[in-house]
Amino acid sequence: MKNITMPQLGESVTEGTIERWIVQPGERVEKYDPIAEVQTDKVMAEVPSSFSGIMGEHIAQVGDVVPVGDVICTIDTGEGTTEESAPVPQQTPKPQEQSKQTAVPQAKKAGSHARYSPVVMRLAAEHNIDLQQVVGTGASGRITRNDIKRVIEDGIPVSAPTPAPARAEAVVEQAQTTTSAPQKKITKETLDDNGDTLIPVSSVRRAIAEKMTRSLHEIPHAWMAMEIDVTNLVKYRNEVKDAFYEREGFKLTYLPFFIEAVAKALKKFPLLNSTWEGDVIRQHKDVHISIAVATDDALYVPVIKHADDYSVRGLAKQLNRLTTAVREGTMTMEQMQGGTFTVNNTGAFGSTLSKGIINHPQAAIIQIESINQKPVFIEENVLAGRYMTNLCISIDHRILDGLICGKFLQHVKFLLENFDKQQMSVD
Amino acid sequence: MPMMSYIDAITLAMKEEMERDPNVFVLGEDVGHKGGVFKATKGLHEQFGEARVLDTPLAESAIVGVAIGAAMYGKRPIAEMQFADFIMPAVNQIVSEAAKMRYRSNNDWHCPLVVRAPFGGGVHGALYHSQSVEALFAGTPGLKIVIPSTPYDAKGLLKAAVRDEDPVLFFEHKRAYRLLKGNVPEDDYIVPIGKADVKREGSDITVITYGLCVHFAMQAADRLASDGIEVEIVDLRTVYPLDKEAIIEAAKKTGKVLLVTEDNKEGSIMSEVAAIISEHCLFDLDAPIRRLAGPDVPAMPYAPTMEKFFMMNPDKIEHAMRELAAF
Repeated sequence: MKNITMPQLGESVTEGTIERWIVQPGERVEKYDPIAEVQTDKVMAEVPSSFSGIMGEHIAQVGDVVPVGDVICTIDTGEGTTEESAPVPQQTPKPQEQSKQTAVPQAKKAGSHARYSPVVMRLAAEHNIDLQQVVGTGASGRITRNDIKRVIEDGIPVSAPTPAPARAEAVVEQAQTTTSAPQKKITKETLDDNGDTLIPVSSVRRAIAEKMTRSLHEIPHAWMAMEIDVTNLVKYRNEVKDAFYEREGFKLTYLPFFIEAVAKALKKFPLLNSTWEGDVIRQHKDVHISIAVATDDALYVPVIKHADDYSVRGLAKQLNRLTTAVREGTMTMEQMQGGTFTVNNTGAFGSTLSKGIINHPQAAIIQIESINQKPVFIEENVLAGRYMTNLCISIDHRILDGLICGKFLQHVKFLLENFDKQQMSVD
Repeated sequence: MPMMSYIDAITLAMKEEMERDPNVFVLGEDVGHKGGVFKATKGLHEQFGEARVLDTPLAESAIVGVAIGAAMYGKRPIAEMQFADFIMPAVNQIVSEAAKMRYRSNNDWHCPLVVRAPFGGGVHGALYHSQSVEALFAGTPGLKIVIPSTPYDAKGLLKAAVRDEDPVLFFEHKRAYRLLKGNVPEDDYIVPIGKADVKREGSDITVITYGLCVHFAMQAADRLASDGIEVEIVDLRTVYPLDKEAIIEAAKKTGKVLLVTEDNKEGSIMSEVAAIISEHCLFDLDAPIRRLAGPDVPAMPYAPTMEKFFMMNPDKIEHAMRELAAF
């Protein structure tokens, strides 16, 4: 059985319409005899048979528009296998062998004599990226622009999805046999001999580690938690959240209300807005609130400058801007600096109590826990379902004592429990 | 919106412009009763008569020369070169007269002329019916050179060319004539001359090309997309003067640029595009600028195997795209 294809019927002709079948299925046909009439944009032509035999199936029907090179019918030549006829000088191009080298680039470690493209050099300089820590996915492990973009977005060097190449393992083994040999630097996730996973510490992870250690090492922490009733706030937010989303294009969370209350309370108790400087305590004039924003693998603390100047709506907008910047990796150093007090939205993780580590060199950090409805006695022997949450605070006990800290929390509690629509409107 | 072929969109553009403005007329070899060897002027002779659809002698310098005179006199001629290969006898008229008319006369005269010509290979046209001639004219200030890649653009750009106050060379890829089909609105729209168009958005590599190669590049990009490689495709549409802003933006977007043309590589339109990118984008480049083009041999051969070797196709573009993506 052989195939007959639509022939090339002139310059610029790419398809033809079957006008009439001259030879019907089952009829005998000799080589070069016309088997069909084909109409193109330019001409009416007869398609000759490339073989002698019995007409098989009409694969294209009268009226069908058939691209040049497509099969129109089969001819039974008495031989077994199906083959293409070859009367058409211009076959549709077959994919070339070379196009099969389609492998998506595999991650490889950049060689020690790595060459960097101009854009990689520029982005690394702009974002303070140590190119030695970055794993390249380009040819021969070259670091590509996309690798750097990924580092900027994810905040950590890209780790290779594939296990370390055998050669690198050999080097590690060799290093272990000679005890004096220095530990080989791990630049990507590696399995060690025990099957443990060794995860390289990214520059962002290292910065977090150093800051946390320093804070806990230097600052004598003290903790306090206070339960507050935010039913009025919950009601108000439920009332306005849909209209807010429609108007502003992003969701209204509880956090801006808490920031508003905290900023107000800081104005009343400015000692919480200060820094221990050994000989003096620096009480900051401005209220710059740091907000802890977590990504999957790191923690960023962008700052709302002059948070006390904003309305709740303004705070919501600032928050949205900063969290978007964190998500998209477009934060500037300027957006990360200058905080004087930190608000941490631990409730977002479902936490109800937590002990925060102070954001060094600030004096305190407040943790807003999750809001849950609970049965609460609102007067003697009268239970009601109320929305409750905990405010947890960590303080630098060199600067602050329990008394002022309690007063501060009491004030935040007062502002939120006696929620005033006028004062904290988002309209 | 009707589907139509690239050539039907061109015919429709001329028909609409001739209906709109009685000063528009067509002249060229066999454009009248026959409707052109490719049928681009089909039906115009019947509709508008022989006074506005002129069959001319086989003398390209006369066709363009007559058109220049008519244009200076207030007419809007569309001169057809039967094949772009035959434009050579008219080069003096185009480059030394039409292109310089406004400048030479200190703005007293101008030359609103369109020269249409089918170009390009892949149709077994061999030496005299396959050439790409755009680079011969690029670098002649006073000329605009337009090469559409879709039926939609073909209609909108040809109408813009007819209405342009200065000479426009309008090159139509002859293999695109009946190969490419697309939606073409029936209303009177214009595609602006001088503006490139992003035909596909992507973040991994940028391909800049024009004409039929846009179509091939889109096919290749579809294949890469199935492997997660996203290709940005920019269609220059006007190859002279170039849309520098769009070229720079597209090059900066991915830092990996592949430039594709069917023309011979050295001295092609893409050489100029590469120069623009290297002048403006050094610190955004992630790989050497690559050109994929026809070989530097005198002509498209006739032998099918050799024509295939010369001619651009989706496989060649796909291979070059993958190499660049992996760099």
